[in-house]
Amino acid sequence: MSETLLSVEGLRTYFYTYAGVVKAVDGITLQVNKGETLGLVGESGSGKTVTAQSIMRIVPTPGRTIDGTVKFEERNLLRLKESEMQHIRGKEIAYIPQDPTTTLDPVYSVGDQLVEVIMRHQPVSKKYALAKATELLHSVGIADPEIRINQYPHELSGGTKQRIAIARALSCEPSLILADEPTTALDVTIQAQILELLKDLKQKFNVAMVLITHDMGIVADTCDRVTVLYAGQVCETGTTEQVFENPKHPYTEALLSSVPSLALRKETLSVIPGSVPNLIHPPSGCRFHPRCAYSRQVCIDKDPELEPIGEGRFVHCHRWKELDLKSAVAS
Amino acid sequence: MELEVKGLTKHFPVYERGVILKRRLGDVHAVDNVSLEIRKNETLGLVGESGCGKTTIARCMLYLEPPSSGEIFFEGRNVTEIFRKADRTRVLELRRQMQYIFQNPYASLDPRMTVADIIMEPFEVHRHIPHDQWLDRMYELLRMVGLEDYHAERYPHEFSGGQRQRICIARALAVNPKFIAADEPVASLDVSVRAQILNLLQDIQQKLGITYLYISHDLSTVRHICHRVAVMYLGKIVEVAETNELFENPLHPYTVALMSAIPVPDPKQKRHRIILPGEVPSPINPPTGCRFHTRCPRRVDICSKEEPPLIEVQPGHWLACYNPWPPKHVFA
Repeated sequence: MSETLLSVEGLRTYFYTYAGVVKAVDGITLQVNKGETLGLVGESGSGKTVTAQSIMRIVPTPGRTIDGTVKFEERNLLRLKESEMQHIRGKEIAYIPQDPTTTLDPVYSVGDQLVEVIMRHQPVSKKYALAKATELLHSVGIADPEIRINQYPHELSGGTKQRIAIARALSCEPSLILADEPTTALDVTIQAQILELLKDLKQKFNVAMVLITHDMGIVADTCDRVTVLYAGQVCETGTTEQVFENPKHPYTEALLSSVPSLALRKETLSVIPGSVPNLIHPPSGCRFHPRCAYSRQVCIDKDPELEPIGEGRFVHCHRWKELDLKSAVAS
Repeated sequence: MELEVKGLTKHFPVYERGVILKRRLGDVHAVDNVSLEIRKNETLGLVGESGCGKTTIARCMLYLEPPSSGEIFFEGRNVTEIFRKADRTRVLELRRQMQYIFQNPYASLDPRMTVADIIMEPFEVHRHIPHDQWLDRMYELLRMVGLEDYHAERYPHEFSGGQRQRICIARALAVNPKFIAADEPVASLDVSVRAQILNLLQDIQQKLGITYLYISHDLSTVRHICHRVAVMYLGKIVEVAETNELFENPLHPYTVALMSAIPVPDPKQKRHRIILPGEVPSPINPPTGCRFHTRCPRRVDICSKEEPPLIEVQPGHWLACYNPWPPKHVFA
């Protein structure tokens, strides 16, 4: 096993709203090794984005991280002073947000935005930073970087903006990138370009990545390991092959079989009944039990532990030993 | 033939607004000379990337957007003519038969109306069923789309995305339509809920014999739900075929690239992926000749000069390309 870069344990981030306390992230544990890509999958409201925000300590109000540890290269990020955290954000851990249109500043040129990040973290001259920015644009596959660098975000297409967001994330050579649904806002052919780019860059810069997505296809395509989230908790963790071929949690099984497949056509799709629970009043016991085909009394009464089951896998289910789950994708 | 579109063109003018005068800069060629037909009780999928004109075609079919030119026939009646003459009885009759399900169920339901009001509003407009049957029919529709009776008194904000889409489907069914244009009905829903709505659409089709136009950018849902598929690129249809034929034997380089771009949820399957260079060109000045030639891996000289016609290369398989992939090339 390679070296651990980031390890999150028992992370809890709650949102204190007027309607009640939203337990958006409730005891998430995950691990990222050096140079690997971890897929963080789940539906909307499962806590993917809040997990990333908690790691970066940029949870918006009224949210607060109330428990857990985020260990990054032997430091607990949750204990650092804000000034120390500012040296880590952007420099050691970079964030690629979901929607490139809203995260680039419309009143600054592309060059200004990249130069700002570079000069914030490195003692270099503006001239050098600008040259570096041009080089970065080139390395993320943008044609004519000398022209683009003087343009403003509204002059660029969605795909180009996302490439710039990636260039900005890479600008200080971080050891970890948190990519929050980097292709969701893009068309499929552009998505293919960006995924290919991320894979290339990972090889070139040997950077570890947490790829947040709801698309099982993207996970299979790009990730080494995967952590499946449901309603703010981890369902299971394992290598991509293990989880896809031999899912141990009923939610993973259901998720895999409800995705329509390109290769074979089924008469009716299997369905996960109901919808994602309300996180102000989450279901008792295992949060998946109201929608689970295999639930028993114990699932309603008691929340299962996240249990290590060997080979680096973890499962959050009372009945994983008895269940013989089938993967819809294993051929 | 249920629905036939002949030479449909829709251009949107683009203006530059000066202090006093506005100047016409050009036209967005949203849809250009498109012809297609939808058979009775079938689901025709319309696939393409954003901005290729899928939604515009559907909106023109229902005359939500008057076409620039071209004609639409529904069961032999000329839709464009009926709407132009604006004879209210005949327009309402057509509206009852052709319905639309919008992409975003969060935006297409009035937040100040209860579900009962939303579903019964069509009754009020069309008066096609007697007043004393309104409530019964409304509850019947609710149950048909998998909602409960007590949901009738609630407001849209109390529902999840999947449930809202069910309400939209119930509203569309309220006038007993024969044809429904469904514009990305599952795009804004979660994966686990998507399957529920797709199954519901299929059930309704079997029960009521409805014809669908299913618009999507997601080829995997299209494969699941559609009988035939039309692939669009920049306002033009480039390939039409039966679903299985299209997926097993795609010929147009764009269709092939689109299919190979979709990540497959199987870590073992490593496919050769065709990465298209660049982006979709602007529809204000579309490329000459074949509109795809700027990104096409198989372009030949003629592609940039002449526009390829849509011809039937095999029975039921239509293609507009000068240099298609050889048959059974990719997924054989």
